[in-house]
Amino acid sequence: MTLNELLLSPLTDFAFMRRALAGCVALSAGCAPIGVLLVLRRMSLMGDALSHAVLPGAAVGFILGGFALPWLAGGGVVAGLLVALLAGLASRFTDLSEDANFAGFYLVALALGVLLVSKWGSNVDLIHLLFGSVLAVDDISLQLVAAISSLTLVWLALNYRGLVLECVDPGYLQAGGKRGTRYHLGFVALTVLNLVAGFQAMGTLMAVGLMMLPAAASRLWADTLPGMILSAWITGLVASLVGLMLSYHLSLPSGPAIVLSAGLVYLLSLIIAPHGWHGRWRARRHKEN
Amino acid sequence: MIELRNLTVCYRKHPAIHHISGCFAAGSHTAIVGPNGAGKTTLLKAMVGLLPATGDIEIHGEAGYLPQLTELDRQFPLTVAELALAGNWRTAGNWARIQPQAREQAHEALERVGLEDFATRSLATLSGGQLQRARFARLIVQNAPVVLLDEPFNSVDSRTLDILLAVLDEWHGAGKTLVTVVHDLALARSRFPSALLLAREVIAWGACSEVLCSENLARAQAAIHGHDEDEWCERP
Repeated sequence: MTLNELLLSPLTDFAFMRRALAGCVALSAGCAPIGVLLVLRRMSLMGDALSHAVLPGAAVGFILGGFALPWLAGGGVVAGLLVALLAGLASRFTDLSEDANFAGFYLVALALGVLLVSKWGSNVDLIHLLFGSVLAVDDISLQLVAAISSLTLVWLALNYRGLVLECVDPGYLQAGGKRGTRYHLGFVALTVLNLVAGFQAMGTLMAVGLMMLPAAASRLWADTLPGMILSAWITGLVASLVGLMLSYHLSLPSGPAIVLSAGLVYLLSLIIAPHGWHGRWRARRHKEN
Repeated sequence: MIELRNLTVCYRKHPAIHHISGCFAAGSHTAIVGPNGAGKTTLLKAMVGLLPATGDIEIHGEAGYLPQLTELDRQFPLTVAELALAGNWRTAGNWARIQPQAREQAHEALERVGLEDFATRSLATLSGGQLQRARFARLIVQNAPVVLLDEPFNSVDSRTLDILLAVLDEWHGAGKTLVTVVHDLALARSRFPSALLLAREVIAWGACSEVLCSENLARAQAAIHGHDEDEWCERP
């Protein structure tokens, strides 16, 4: 098999492959900075919880409008924001911490979503919502993903300094004003939007994979925030391309193939990256000598 | 100048500090002292708006604030120069271009605290004392007329302590209003003209030599140890 047959033919021959790759490029552009900031804010599992939390909204959207994009996306956004809001309020007005409340609300949301789809849909519908199909991304879905990625990049560019300060030293930022909440809420809303963009292609269970795995790997390679974001984006692109080609040539489901490709980069990074095991091992040897 | 009128802060309905009234005069240099649990950090946080409080707080001019060192995420990939430059935040905000003068100010501030050779180092590589000096550089860049410092001398070596105290003396000489939470009573007596002794309420407030007498300190200890969390004071 030539390189042309391996990488180019699937893209030149099939429009759905080009559309899928374009979707992944746009998705990675938005998910990379969000994932990196989730990792740095020690909120990685919150991303996972929110990805599950969009399911009941998507399920209600599915019951009302089938697989029509406005219903699925709108329902997902409402459910994700509602879970984030409820978890935040519960941690503010009770003794339970925010991560425990997120766990509680996302489990309820996940169970509710599965129940709704099982009751009013079929197992095939449920599988589609949970795992998506990047190869079935249509033009409207592609436009939605591109719009959300663009919004994400613009918002982050406009709020970059404040967001960084809110991560590093929130007390210093908030002293004299209360703008820290604005950054936190904006960031959570963007996280939900990107997960909704992701579940169009990857399903609710896999959407968080393209957000968190490249971000976690990037922490092991780069020393600066721009470097981490760039590294995560490149990882997302490579994982998308490799995953799509594996899916095409080996007849594998595309979402898991992409996420597993990103997972392979993450596992390799754990071993060979400068801040991974090998980097530490070399530093220890240097100290001993 | 900072004016407090009947300031009360509660955690879960229990008063952490209550009915604090008084004034930090313009250009004053005050140590806030008190036993553990006296509400020193709570008072500072309430003053800068980080905690909801009843009563009135009036700060004349912009306030620079140094939270406790533990509140800073030192694993975040930021350089020492970038942290110092963050003192320019209230001027530049999110969108304004960072002017060359601001970069020069940050460089001079790092020189002032002895970190000029650490400008490109990441925060994660600094010791606790070096990190505290970098945060002081940020306050130097901010150049606010009122500065509130929460335990700035905890876990620092003697060289860092000398540098930080020299910066405080410069600020005091420049007429800034300084409020510093201090645990070391000997340090408070030797370097601070004024003191506020706190034990959830004001025990004494005035000249340091008068406030930190053994009688007042004993009263502060007794007030903390004898405090019943379910009791609410009768004062209006």
